[in-house]
Amino acid sequence: MSNKPAPKRLVVDAQDISLTFETADGRVDALSHVNLQVAEGEFVSFIGPSGCGKTTMLRVIADLQQPTSGSLSVNGMSAEQARLARSYGYVFQAPALFPWRTIEKNLKLPLEIMGFSDAEQQKRATHYLSLVNLTGFERKFPWQLSGGMQQRVSIARALSFDPALLLMDEPFGALDEIVRDHLNEQLLKLWKSTGKTVLFVTHSIPEAVFLSTKIVVMSPRPGRIIDIIDCDFPADRSLEIRETPEFLKIAQRVRTGLRAGHSYDE
Amino acid sequence: MEPRKLRLGLLLAAGAILLAFVLPIAPNAVPLRERPVIPELCGFAVVLYLAAAWLADRRATIIGLVATGLSAAASLILLQDPIVAGAARSGFWMIVIATWLSAALCVMNLASARELRGERHRIVNLLVPLLFGATVFYLWEVGVRGFGVPPVLLPSPSAAGARFFNSLPTLAEDFTQTFIRGVLIGYAIGCGAGLLVAILAHRFEFLGRGLLPLGNFFSALPLVGIAPIMVMWFGFDWPSKAAVVVLVTFFPMLINAIAGLSASGHIERDLMRSYAASHRQSLSKLYLPAALPFIFNALKINATLALIGAIVAEFFGTPTQGIGFRISTEAGRMAIDMVWAEIALAALAGMAFYGFVALAERATTFWHPSYRT
Amino acid sequence: MTSSSVALPQRAPFSHVRQVFVERYAPVATMVLALIAIWYVAAVAMNYTLVRDAFEREETPYTTADVLAGTMDAERPLLPAPHQVIETFLDGVFGYSPLAPRSLVYHALVTLSATMLGFVIGALFGIALALMIVHSRVLERSLLPWIICSQMVPVLALAPIFIVVLGALGLHGLLPKSIISAYLCFFPVAIGMVKGFTSPDLLQVELMRTWSATPRQVLLKLRWPASMPYLFASLKVAITISLIGAIVAELPTGGEAGIGARLLSGSYYGQTVQIWAALVAAAMLASGLIAIVGLVERAVNRSMGAH
Repeated sequence: MSNKPAPKRLVVDAQDISLTFETADGRVDALSHVNLQVAEGEFVSFIGPSGCGKTTMLRVIADLQQPTSGSLSVNGMSAEQARLARSYGYVFQAPALFPWRTIEKNLKLPLEIMGFSDAEQQKRATHYLSLVNLTGFERKFPWQLSGGMQQRVSIARALSFDPALLLMDEPFGALDEIVRDHLNEQLLKLWKSTGKTVLFVTHSIPEAVFLSTKIVVMSPRPGRIIDIIDCDFPADRSLEIRETPEFLKIAQRVRTGLRAGHSYDE
Repeated sequence: MEPRKLRLGLLLAAGAILLAFVLPIAPNAVPLRERPVIPELCGFAVVLYLAAAWLADRRATIIGLVATGLSAAASLILLQDPIVAGAARSGFWMIVIATWLSAALCVMNLASARELRGERHRIVNLLVPLLFGATVFYLWEVGVRGFGVPPVLLPSPSAAGARFFNSLPTLAEDFTQTFIRGVLIGYAIGCGAGLLVAILAHRFEFLGRGLLPLGNFFSALPLVGIAPIMVMWFGFDWPSKAAVVVLVTFFPMLINAIAGLSASGHIERDLMRSYAASHRQSLSKLYLPAALPFIFNALKINATLALIGAIVAEFFGTPTQGIGFRISTEAGRMAIDMVWAEIALAALAGMAFYGFVALAERATTFWHPSYRT
Repeated sequence: MTSSSVALPQRAPFSHVRQVFVERYAPVATMVLALIAIWYVAAVAMNYTLVRDAFEREETPYTTADVLAGTMDAERPLLPAPHQVIETFLDGVFGYSPLAPRSLVYHALVTLSATMLGFVIGALFGIALALMIVHSRVLERSLLPWIICSQMVPVLALAPIFIVVLGALGLHGLLPKSIISAYLCFFPVAIGMVKGFTSPDLLQVELMRTWSATPRQVLLKLRWPASMPYLFASLKVAITISLIGAIVAELPTGGEAGIGARLLSGSYYGQTVQIWAALVAAAMLASGLIAIVGLVERAVNRSMGAH
């Protein structure tokens, strides 16, 4: 038996998570018996059609929604304790920058709330802005930046207080493909240099396969995991690998999983 | 504007002035050509009208405006003659028609200008309503004085203006009583209270859901009717007027502030939750800044409502000063020019107050999309 | 297993409906009850000294209970108790024939007639002016700034002038009051309708242009329907202002009839409860008028496809 490296710490341990709610049209099973383990340093993508529960799963981990049953431990604590301990940074589909604050002040927002000193706030703001290649835009206002740049600021803001976890909910969904490719590369570099655990929700198969170490394929009604795929592309990959046969094989596996869980004829 | 129409109009204006030389100005009045300055003014005006008619394009506007000024001056000087004032005949009215026609043509020419940019565009945008307003005032003046309308019915702008400047001490007293004491104090208390209650209603959802329909109900009521009751509680002097203003300004601020505080998007609210921010932090960093456009909307509405409330409250009884008091007593005494002077004061105060709030709004909500289009 | 999109949605469970009902009406009901309770407490507190001094002057022995009872029934209270107001109000409405000068219905009708006449005239003029402004650039650039400015001016302060001047011209009673109301509600309607007529998307206007629609067709088929929400919003504002204008217009001549006159006479003769009853009448008029506009709005919206 070969020597396996020491098992990494589990950052997310979800056991049998279910979430149902009532609507005027009856009960909806947003999540149904979901089991998931995420180790430190992994890049996990969630992919699936609308209504499959991938965003809901992310929000449950973030304690923005509560499951109706099951157990969940985030960074060794309950989800709520993890939130109160500021263990994660959340990046939404929209940049959600405050239009009345400059870029710099927007970056400092979480730091102000969490009580960092002024000097520390300034240091971190400058550092993380340079990490996303936006040095020089400190005094600008959000509306003066393009959509892609705003989203980069949003990512910098999520990293500014150095959380263990980065939760991203379709962050590049509203951007065009060219900008998206560029940001995918930047995100990959960021992940390598910071070593954070990233949970990433997306609609795009190439994006999921390109970025992740693990892909979770989900399907709707009820929301559940269909397949978990491990990918181990080389760490310094570039966008060219999207045409290689290994990439296409994994993408095909994802596609099969998606089709198995959801038929458009219903 | 079509050059042909412009040309025709200006030629008619020139013709009207020429007619004024032959038609009678007023019964038993000295004819036009024998008067000292006026024939020269009219002559110049005719020449400029003809020149503008010949050009009939954008430059014609400036020439036309100068000519308008000249003929307006001619008619106003004519009115100084006591024989003319009150009994003006066709000759006089020809000059007025010429002035009016050329002013209207210039306004129309300016208003239909489309290709201007930036600075010039802004100047024209300012000039058009100003010229329009000036023409209305001019017609008012010559109409009242030329037809001899009794001043109790409608005083001329010059008479009202003269009365305004002659009564500055009284006006200042009334202004202090109504505006500084009644309006400003009531406005500050009413808007402040409305904002505080809205913050509470935002914090405690049950309170908010109960207060909002009530607020909508009360803001539609004729709250100025509460004035006699306030007089009973607070006496005749300014506190009762301030109390009316408090009530009148409270509800619009409450409704708008509640709307503003719930205007933050749910993504931003989730963001604050993900930072485990306390309610106070969320309030000062997200909810209040996002609510500022709504709050300023209410502040602007309240600026006008407060002034109206204070003045109308004074109609119900007040000591010996105040804008409302002066209006009702002077109206009763048929001193209409004083009433107009007070109205002018109220109008100026209202516009200045509103303008001040609008400037403050611009400074603090510069980030709102409505300023960027 | 899964519901087809063609199937009708299931009826919401009754518990769900009841929960929504309670959620919507419980807070308001609680607020109203709380307000009434506060009113009663305030009435006791404010009338206490008054009533006690009255007992002192009569030099009859009294107990605290007597004073408390007295605060609920004082003749010239500082703050009448709610039941007193309701009593006087009902008496004013049902106690006299609707045409008697002491009947609240009579006064309400007088004010209402001026309000409605002014409202109709003002609204029509406002819509006409908005139409002219939207179709003429000249009018838009010369007139619109003045209309916007007029919003900042306390127009209500002009009421006495109008009454006196029109009175000097021989016009009394209904007409001058309606003219004032019309003048007051004309501006909000004009501005609201200008916003409404210019509210359609550029895309929609261009679409009409691709069909070579005449300005009249664009008006009838696009601008007018698009302006309905703005119309009703400004009509609600206009009718409240029209009512206030009619009330204020009754003040200068020391008016004899109408709710404003009733308020004034109540204030002159110290008849507190009469003032409050007149205020309740005014409040009911205002809410009634707004409710009527709201009903018309709902009917129009339903005919235009809203549910």
